[in-house]
This record gives sequence, C-alpha cells and structure tokens, in this order.
Amino acid sequence: MSDLIQPLSESTEPPTALQIKLQRRSRWNAVLRYTLLTVVGFVMIYPLLWLVGASFKSNAEMFSSAWFWPKDATVQGYIDGWKTSTPYTFATFFFNSMQIVIPKVIGTAISCTLVAYGFARFEFPGKKILFAILIATLLLPDVVTRIPQYLLFRELGWLDTYLPLIAPAWLAGDAFFVFMMIQFLRAIPREMEEAARVDGANTAQTLIFIVVPILMPALVSVCLFQFMWTMNDFLGPLIYISTVEKYPVSLALKLSIDATEAFNWNSILAMTVLALTPSLVVFFIAQKSFIEGISTGGVKG
Amino acid sequence: MAELQLRSVEKSYGNGFKAVHGIDLHVKEGEFMVLVGPSGCAKSTTLRMIAGLETITGGEVLIGDRVVNDLVPGKRGIAMVFQNYALYPHMQVRRNLSFGLRLKRQPKEQIESATQDVSGVLEIEELLDRLPKQLSGGQAQRVALGRALIKQPEVFLFDEPLSNLDAKLRASMRVRITDLHKRLRDEARPATVVYVTHDQVEAMTMGDRICVMKDGHIMQVADPTTLYDRPANAFVAGFIGMPEMNLVPAALAGGKGGQSLTLDGQSISVGKDLEARLESSGGRVTMGIRPQHLEIVAADADDALTGKIVNLEFMGHEVNLHADVGGETFVCVVPSDQFDKNLQRGDRVGLRPRTSKMHVFDIHTGANISLA
Repeated sequence: MSDLIQPLSESTEPPTALQIKLQRRSRWNAVLRYTLLTVVGFVMIYPLLWLVGASFKSNAEMFSSAWFWPKDATVQGYIDGWKTSTPYTFATFFFNSMQIVIPKVIGTAISCTLVAYGFARFEFPGKKILFAILIATLLLPDVVTRIPQYLLFRELGWLDTYLPLIAPAWLAGDAFFVFMMIQFLRAIPREMEEAARVDGANTAQTLIFIVVPILMPALVSVCLFQFMWTMNDFLGPLIYISTVEKYPVSLALKLSIDATEAFNWNSILAMTVLALTPSLVVFFIAQKSFIEGISTGGVKG
Repeated sequence: MAELQLRSVEKSYGNGFKAVHGIDLHVKEGEFMVLVGPSGCAKSTTLRMIAGLETITGGEVLIGDRVVNDLVPGKRGIAMVFQNYALYPHMQVRRNLSFGLRLKRQPKEQIESATQDVSGVLEIEELLDRLPKQLSGGQAQRVALGRALIKQPEVFLFDEPLSNLDAKLRASMRVRITDLHKRLRDEARPATVVYVTHDQVEAMTMGDRICVMKDGHIMQVADPTTLYDRPANAFVAGFIGMPEMNLVPAALAGGKGGQSLTLDGQSISVGKDLEARLESSGGRVTMGIRPQHLEIVAADADDALTGKIVNLEFMGHEVNLHADVGGETFVCVVPSDQFDKNLQRGDRVGLRPRTSKMHVFDIHTGANISLA
C-alpha cells in the first residue's frame, strides 16, 4: 500500500483518479484500524483504570456505578488502608516485602549468572545430564515440590522466617531464569571472552568485566521478573510465614479482607494500588533494557 | 620479541577426529609468517593452539625458549586479532585498548601514554571516546590491531583479520599492516607475526614466508617467490596463483628427440631445461603449466596442444581463454593487446607451453618431480 502512495507526494503531476481512490481507501483503512485498536485497548485497560478510580471512591459509592471516575473523590481509603486493622501500618508490610524481594533478586542475579555461564561456556563431566535435569525442573509443576520442600525447611527450623523464600534463589532455584540466561549467552560470540583471556583475564575476571556487562539486558529482565513475581507471590509467604508482624504486602492485603466484617473495599483497593506501584516503577525504570533483554533472548535463542 | 616453534604439534578431538597431524614450523624472530589453505585445513586451529585457546594434544609449542603448552593465553606473551574484531562492546575504544594493561595493574600514566602511542600509530586518536558500535568495520579492525599492539607481545597472532572488510578497505589495511611490520622492524623492535588467511593474495603480498596447509598437514613452507616458481607438490601449485595452474594427467616417455609428454594423442617435447630437472623418465604423470605460461599459436603447430575454445573471458587488461584438449580444460591468460580478436568460441587453437616454466608431478603422491 505505501508503495503505491509514496510516489504521489513526490510527483508534480496531478494525481490520477485511481491514485485518489487508493489514497482515500488507505485513509479509511487507517481510521478504521486505529478506532478498533483504541476501543480494544480501552477495554483491556479499563479494569486497571477502575481500580485506580475506585480507590478514591467512598465505600458506599463503590458498587453504585461501573464508571471509574469517583463522584466525590476521597483519600479516606488510603488513610484507613494504611493504618490496617492490625497494630502495624502498611509501612511494616512494605518493609517486610522488601526484606524478601531485595535479597531474592540479588541472589537470583548472582546464582543464575554463574550457573548459566557454567552451562553455556564450559565442558564438564555430566553436563548433558545436569542440563536435562535443569530443564526437567522447568516442566515440574510447583505444587509437586511444595510438601517435601515444607518438610525440608521445617527440619532446618526455618519456618516463620524469610529463609525458605530467599535461599532457593541464591542456589539458582529458578530454572527458568537460568535457561533464559543460557539462551542469551549462546547468542554472544565467544571471541570477546577469548580476547579477554588473551588480554590476561582469568575466568572470574572474564565473567565480571566482559560477560556480565554484555549480559546486562538479560540480567535486568531476570531481576525485573523476579521482583514482580516475588512482590506478587502469595502462596510462598502464606505457607511459611505465620506471624502477622512478618507478613509481606501480598498477605497483608488478604488480611484486610479477613479482619473486617463489612469489607472496606475502598481501603483494600487503595492498598492494592500501592502494592502495584513498586513493580510499575521498577518496570518503567528498567523498561529499555528489559525489552531489549526479552526480545534478543527470544529471537536469537 | 621472540621466535616461535611448533614441534610435531597435534590436535585430536574426543571423538577420535584428528585435525592437526604433527606439524613442525619454525617462525623466526621478527618474521611475518602466513598460514594459508582452504577452509577446514586446520590453520585456525593451529593458530588457536599457539594462542592457548585450544588444548594441544601432542607435541610442543615454544615461544622464545619457553614451552607454553600448559600456560594460559594471558601468560604466553601473545596478542591476537580476531576476524570479527571481538571488541568489548560496552567499553569505549580507550578502555578496549587498555583492558589488558589495566588487568596487569600498570600505573595510570603508563597506560595513558601507551594508549596515546598506539592510537597515534594507527590514527585512531579521534575515536578514543567512542563505543565499538559507533565504529565502521575498518576503524574497528584498527582498534583491534591497537589492542594487540599496546601489549607489546612476543608474538602477534592474526585470525583472518581482514575477511569482514570490503575489497577496497582490505587492500588498504593490508598495506597498513605490512607497513607497520616493516616500521617495527626498522625501529629495532621486530614483531613476530603468525597470520592466518584463506586469501592467497593476502598471503603472497604480506608474508615473508608462507606455510600452505591442507587437512592438518603442512604442504610447503617457503617465501612467496619459491612457492610460486617451485611448488613442492600439485596442491601448492594449484592453490597459489590466479587463475589456477593447469594440472592435467599426461604420459611421460623417452624418444629420440628427448623426452616428451603425451595427452590426447598429442605429443610435446619437454625441452632441455625441464628434461634436466626431471627425476623420472617415463610413466603416467600430472603436468602443470600456469595459464600465464601458455602461448596461443595456430592449430596443429609443432610442440603445441591443439584444442577447441570453450569459453572466453574478457577481463579488460587480459583475456582468459578456456580450451578443451581431449576432455581436459586448459586456461590460458593472454594480454588484451596480444589477443587475436578474430578468435571465437568453437575455434580450434594451438597452445604452446613454455616448457622451462612447466612442472611435472607424481600422479599418485602429487610430489613435484621436476624440481632438481
């Protein structure tokens, strides 16, 4: 289509009837396409809009209309929600979440890089079997390992601590991330590492000075995924954390539903909006590298 | 700077495949040695074994008087330039150049002055603060060269460094590298170079000596002129020279007028010069004659092979004439001004070899039996 239209703008001759017809048709096409996209896009994003809008509604107004814009905007939901029905404010729960998320993200980044580097670049006995096992764990449903894992951590005396949530990440427990990094590493020519070795770098120096900087987009993606998944993880903390004081945000949100007889929907929604914010902020900060990471990892892998 | 020696170096893989069959090579101090051969001849593998990027499964590699078999690449005193430049993409040119020196924790001022020196020599001063992705192919290759140069290694290793450049740039980089090598020699700090290429033009123009390889064996090591004039075997004869040397089976036999070569029922006398060189008096052989050493004469002329023109290629300054003699195609190069414009495809024509330039090879081993 664009090929047909292109010469028109450049030529000095008046357009023929056919050219005018084609031009008009393509304009209509564009209008139609964009209208459709806008409508579908709006439908998709509406629940999110409603969530944000409704968090400013009063509890009484909540179910009176499906429209997201509040009639009398109020921040009471945020004030009540922040206080919670427990002795702790949401600040405690956010702090708790960070105590899980930050060590877990750091652990994932370090352990997955090391394991992926090993698999992608070195030959060692049993490599094929080990890699097959790694991939097999990818296919294993989470539920299967829940109970043995629970028993293991109970034996270790780690119940009601954050260790059961954090420790697996430090041991490259997320096979998906290791796999993603391996795929990304495979797309990187080895010559750069060989050049570094010729320049006198040992294996660790090659990894730190050459491989990690090149891997950065993939690493950012891994961290971002881990951040969002951990932030939203409900089941893990539910199983291992029993003291309210140690609850992360995801559990605390559920708490406010349990505790009150008549649900304060506006405060729940307000806290939900707050709970979403860290992931969104982190995503937008890292957006550029993230998209680079998943697209190159996917295409070249 | 130091000499480099390979003593029956072998490379075999776990699956039993043997890539390098015990090669011996002695590169003198300050010498520019080119490894050349068709793809799969293990020239790159050999280079990578010298560099330490591949393990050596047999024999010894010596740099100076040290056996370096078990040393990591960084400790061998080598620098390498890769085909795809292999610049570190996240570092500016300046940091790319100095990476090796920084790893050795050399003082800052020393690194700075070395960087200035090298970038001056290679005319990359204005590129120092750029990232590799902001460089053109030629610039990137100059930086890669600089990264090798700055380390002042004992041996420089080049792995097809010009293959990724376009023809024009390749020609100018070729001159630049040989100039640099000469200049270092003049400054009394000669550089020992091992340069891998599959391009015989690079090999012939750059090398002090050339090592022709095939299937993990060394076919011949010699200076370019010797390689061209006195190839040790049919492989070298066919590999060096453009267009390729004509290599055709023929029968060698004695007679009253001296020895003669017969093919397709046509005989040509080998002449005094060649006869004196011949180590064999008769039997099946492969005769070799370069396209430049065939003269076009009338059909059925004496001491000429008569054939039919099957193709004519006009190159501008010369004409490549392809003629079929009894099922064997001979290529003959004639300067345009000496070419008879009336000749056409299908015409019969006589080809008279300059027998003094002719070679005769053993038909089985391929060895040149006309070198003596």
